Amino acid sequence: MTKTMTRTFLSGLAVATALSTAAFAAPVEAATLRMAWSQDATGLDPHTQTAFSSLRLLELIYEPLVRLDAELNVVPAIASSWEFSEDAQTLTFTLDPAATFSNGEQVTAADVKASFERILNEATAAAARSNFLSIESIDTPDEATVVFNLSTPDVPILVAMAGINAAIAPASEIEAGSVGTTALGSGPFVLDTWEPNSREVLTANPDWAGGELGIDGINISVLPDETAILASLRAGQTDFALINDPLVATMVPNEAGLELNRAPGLAYNVLQLNPNREPMDNVLVRQAMSCAIDRQSIIDTALAGEGAVTGPLTMPAFAQDPSSLFCYEQDLDRARELMAESGVDGFTATVIAATGEPPYAALEAQVLQAQLAEIGITLNIEMMELNVYVDTWLQGDFDMAVAQNGGRPDPYPMYNRYFTNDGNLLNVSNYVDDTLDSLMREGQAETDPERRVEIFQEFENHLVEQSPWLWLSTSFSYTAQRENVSGFVPSPTGTLFGLTEVTVE
Amino acid sequence: MNYLAQRLLTFPLILLGVSVLVFVSIRMIPGSQITAMLGTEAGMLTAAQREALAAYFGIDQPVWTQYFRWLAGLFQGDLGVSTIYARPVLNVILERFPLTLQLALMSMTIALCIGLPLGVFAATRNERPSDLIVRILAMLGQSTPNFVIGILLIYFLSVFFGIVPAMGTFTPLTVDPLASFGQLFWPAVTLGFAFAASVTRISRSAMLDVLSDDYIRTARSKGASSMSVIWRHALPNALIPVVTLSGVEFGYLLGGAVIVEQIFALPGLGRLVLDAITQRDYALVQGTVLFIAFNFLIVNLLVDLAYAALDPRIRIGGRK
Repeated sequence: MTKTMTRTFLSGLAVATALSTAAFAAPVEAATLRMAWSQDATGLDPHTQTAFSSLRLLELIYEPLVRLDAELNVVPAIASSWEFSEDAQTLTFTLDPAATFSNGEQVTAADVKASFERILNEATAAAARSNFLSIESIDTPDEATVVFNLSTPDVPILVAMAGINAAIAPASEIEAGSVGTTALGSGPFVLDTWEPNSREVLTANPDWAGGELGIDGINISVLPDETAILASLRAGQTDFALINDPLVATMVPNEAGLELNRAPGLAYNVLQLNPNREPMDNVLVRQAMSCAIDRQSIIDTALAGEGAVTGPLTMPAFAQDPSSLFCYEQDLDRARELMAESGVDGFTATVIAATGEPPYAALEAQVLQAQLAEIGITLNIEMMELNVYVDTWLQGDFDMAVAQNGGRPDPYPMYNRYFTNDGNLLNVSNYVDDTLDSLMREGQAETDPERRVEIFQEFENHLVEQSPWLWLSTSFSYTAQRENVSGFVPSPTGTLFGLTEVTVE
Repeated sequence: MNYLAQRLLTFPLILLGVSVLVFVSIRMIPGSQITAMLGTEAGMLTAAQREALAAYFGIDQPVWTQYFRWLAGLFQGDLGVSTIYARPVLNVILERFPLTLQLALMSMTIALCIGLPLGVFAATRNERPSDLIVRILAMLGQSTPNFVIGILLIYFLSVFFGIVPAMGTFTPLTVDPLASFGQLFWPAVTLGFAFAASVTRISRSAMLDVLSDDYIRTARSKGASSMSVIWRHALPNALIPVVTLSGVEFGYLLGGAVIVEQIFALPGLGRLVLDAITQRDYALVQGTVLFIAFNFLIVNLLVDLAYAALDPRIRIGGRK
């Protein structure tokens, strides 16, 4: 009896395997890119979304006035040209006459005006609103010209306008209140289907002003487990994927037929200290901590070597050689001296970190724990679910926090929230410093690019020396692709706009 | 019948209790839809922006007002609107449920087809080497976590056979039965593995108990073949604990298998709840949990009714 049973079971298994194998052999559409990511977009409103995946999706559907290329230069998008007035208080855009929304209507100055008014309207809760507060009024002398009148000289506003949070939506959709549901943009792709946390179907926009695309569309699947994404790439079920976990990313090059794209990101990993609490209010203690940590070894241990030591300025045009920054080489003797000088004889503090965000947060906290123990600091690690962490972080209710904070292509919008005296997130940084404040304001008004770099490097040097936070590393953003995909150009902003150049064999 | 009516009457009370619990607990965990949507950028909101968003999500009212408003909707069959999906919660749930139901049924079938014969077999070979092997296997099956089996399965299939289970979207049974079965086969194996192990252990020990009963000895002495003793006389009585176990397990499975759904990227109820919780979609969490609780009650009721069918001595209703 047992024998028959085994045989029946085995043949059943064989049939089932055959069945499931048959089901895997999905028909391959030549020019549709099959893409996978582990976290899905959380919404379709370009003005309010901040989640990484949402931005990546919306960048394919909507367009801002200008865009940043892979070197972070401002290049045309909806606007074909732009000009600042001498005093940097008027910014004039000329729109590309070919720019059309996917419903066939031309993008006009009225759409631009309506979009920015929507962003500035408090009731919208727009994510980028704080970057545009200097806009006093918007003039539309003709259909193709938009003039922004600014209350103060504001140079970084141009870079802020390159973000998808400043996307141009049709005035008619804004009036109808349907921006978050229709996803009607002027971008390279049109969203056909969105099943949240499951999949998206995008088709190429034939009317896109940017030219013809190399693919007919993109089918995005949400595969929450990144090792499953790797398996799917390996089996040829996925052509292109976004990878967050450096550990998974390092496995990609070992696979035949797969390629890994790496781009150093603007986001930074940081140990935020709370200078409002003892003994972190003592600058010597903070400096001692900065000297005690070995940033490269944190990268090697926690990030599997996938990252680069960084100071506060992560954007290539502004960044300085990290080794020139205060105590960026581990120096335990100096750290102990500074501790002794501070009069603090070791202490215990709690560091918060979010589970899985970034994926190596816990590891990072553990390495920091071990390194700081060397100078008599005992760290207790408190891991929190992301939402709980965000809540605690926003209240500034922590001794220290392991964080990964988003970067911007310009230092001003990146740090004005934390380190100007009226910054929105001053209660997160808990740090007021008049030197930082005045340098920030100077950098905001300066129109000469070289002078701006000098100002912000001075800002960086002062910030690192005061050590309210300990900047650690930038990590890479990764995409993986099969050999049949070519032409993708990664960008430090993480955008997938490079998919417009992609072809699939 | 009387019993059935009584049981059905307790349903609304239990569900009401569940509704209060889930309503309060999801609101007790820190973070809100606003922080879930904006992350740390929520700190950049002005007070007016925050109010506008709170009003949009309906979390500007006191908790009890929110609760009664939701409850009132419930009586009209309205579970609220999901903020993630921008659609009625009930529609979203009913769209996900077929997958979960099919996966649960397939896992249970696999578990019973493997576990029951193995358990019976082991019981008849009590303390012999073959029994020992089955027991070790069962122990192994029970102690290996789902995610290990799932990940190993995907790994081996993709590395050695170059296949991966179709992931991301689900083909319903009605559209393409073959593809549908194929897609859920490996997830069902993953879930069925541990389930089969429990069934093996329970059916083995229940069978051992029954086999030592007097009536079995009587049956044997009357010359019944050992096959007939096992399958006709002993098994029906040994089934009761197996039914209890399967009922409970099946009830759990109907609540969605979060980890396995996550690994195989299946859009089932488990991931629905998980995503709803991490994104703080209150209406969706409440609706789904209530739906799961309701299923559990139904399954439990069916289990109780099954006892009576299996053993006529158990008379439902309590009167002898």
